[in-house]
Amino acid sequence: MIPLLGISTQALFGQLLLGLINGAFYAMLSLGLAVIFGMLNIVNFAHGALYMVGAFAAWFLLTYFHIGYWPALILAPLGVALFGMVIERTMLKRLAGLDHIYGLLLTFGLALIIQGVFQNQFGASGQPYPLPEQLKGGTNLGFMYLPTYRAWAVVFSLCVCLFTWFMIEKTRLGSVLRAATENPELTRAFGINVPRLITLTYGFGVGLAALAGVLAAPIYQVRPLMGADFIIVVFAVVVIGGMGSILGAIGAGFMLGIVEGLTKVFYPQAANIVVFVIMVAVLLVKPTGLFGKKL
Amino acid sequence: MTHALAAKGPTASRPKPAEFIAFAVLAALLAVAPFALYPFFLATALCFALFASAFNLLVGYAGLLSFGHALFFGGAAYIAAHVAKVWGWPPELTLLAATAFVGLLGLVAGALSIRRQGIYFSMITLALAQMGYFVALQVPFTHGEDGIQGVPRGKLFGLIPLGDDRVMYYFVLVVFLCGLLAIYRIVHSPFGSVLKAIRENEPRAISLGYSVDSYKLAAFGLSAALAGLAGGTKALVTQSATLTDMHWSMSGEVILMVLLGGMGTMTGPVIGAIFVVAIPEVLNRIGGPDFAQWMTVIQGAIFVICVLAFRRGLIGEIAARLRRTL
Repeated sequence: MIPLLGISTQALFGQLLLGLINGAFYAMLSLGLAVIFGMLNIVNFAHGALYMVGAFAAWFLLTYFHIGYWPALILAPLGVALFGMVIERTMLKRLAGLDHIYGLLLTFGLALIIQGVFQNQFGASGQPYPLPEQLKGGTNLGFMYLPTYRAWAVVFSLCVCLFTWFMIEKTRLGSVLRAATENPELTRAFGINVPRLITLTYGFGVGLAALAGVLAAPIYQVRPLMGADFIIVVFAVVVIGGMGSILGAIGAGFMLGIVEGLTKVFYPQAANIVVFVIMVAVLLVKPTGLFGKKL
Repeated sequence: MTHALAAKGPTASRPKPAEFIAFAVLAALLAVAPFALYPFFLATALCFALFASAFNLLVGYAGLLSFGHALFFGGAAYIAAHVAKVWGWPPELTLLAATAFVGLLGLVAGALSIRRQGIYFSMITLALAQMGYFVALQVPFTHGEDGIQGVPRGKLFGLIPLGDDRVMYYFVLVVFLCGLLAIYRIVHSPFGSVLKAIRENEPRAISLGYSVDSYKLAAFGLSAALAGLAGGTKALVTQSATLTDMHWSMSGEVILMVLLGGMGTMTGPVIGAIFVVAIPEVLNRIGGPDFAQWMTVIQGAIFVICVLAFRRGLIGEIAARLRRTL
């Protein structure tokens, strides 16, 4: 083990990896928030709660139906996406044309309901979720020990993020989506079913959050409040990155996760607030956010 | 600035008789309330009512939805508890210190958050408050998870001991009414008219030559200071300051109070606050602690119902029926 600045490389790279994983989750969540905001003009406060529901869905599938990690990786996000689409159709849809703050308040209320129900059922304590068989163990890289699952989580979320970017920026479906974001009336005039597109977008966004939840389940314990504090950090990430660009959201997510991980090594007292401090600095220097368009 | 405004700008909106009557009825009811209900409960409720009214000044009249007002409420509670317990300051100076400190804090937080608009503003205030929460968790004087306990209420002006709950209640009532009157004056001043203009149409207010940012900042600072007054008073009533008051769920609760009572009404936040504070007590009476566990779910449901069904809130709906401002 080689010590670096008085800190073992083991600890340094271990935290860096954990930071990278958190960054991946920030990226997936802020990506979902950005896509939803683009189409629905709503900041989805329930995003953190639905991330938690994703993790719990995986846990339910395993505990009650003996359905393992790999099917859960698809089933849980699909289930949450369906749930999200029901919410969009029954509630969020009625808020079209109202002030932004009502969307924020409604989804905040939904987050309280969802978190409250899970908290009453499971208390504040966490449920452990076992690592999938194929991803147990790890590799010794010489300067650090790399657990296979953590490597998988980072690589997989990066792929999901890049896939989303590709879908939105490079495919026909993506161009329709961007058109509907830019000008819904005109897009409808071209015969595209915009309301359905909006519902699907919301489902996709919360599905991404649930997917992050399933990925997080074996790393962190599955807790009812696992998304509550998380979403506030994600909001700060969104303020820093700006919701204007997809790659910006991904970049900001990963970058801040890494910074947070490094802070845990060098100055652990500030690890909780470093993202907020960066947010303040960005607001002072470039109020529109690093990659943002002016709203 | 005020002179220039008075000369060319908006005039103060004339106080409405209905509003005045509502205010008088409220004051009279509150004066006799401790004969029917626990003074301790009432005093706490009044602190929240003042907190909600201060919050309403920002969201209801300036149209700025802060998601971080727990920072000012809880921060002031900590300052008040520390000043009263460790430094032994009398209650009136304690409240002054807490209000002044949090007012300054509000100016700093406000200056940062008004750099962005709309939902970004809400997200920034939420993040700043979360930062404050973690700071309060770690700095030594707040005693981390334990909070500051056993805060002495002291003697008002060195004369009146506030130890008795009923005496404390009337002191809180005076603080509350002063706070509410201050808000009433602010809302009905030329300054208040400009705030409402910004709420209705910000670009237009800018094009009329108003320095919109300084108005927003002033509103933010005033709202924070008054929220601080409420938080400091609450620390004296409950004789403690804890992390609960700084948590994001407190910011959510104050929004709920204002939303339920009616944004942009004078008496709405007061009624909303009393409802929100009373719900867990009533649930406890009916169904015991098991029932009270569902508090978060119920609060969430009220949010959803308010947003979907009656966005004007209780008082707002009544006022709309009567076609009066309440």
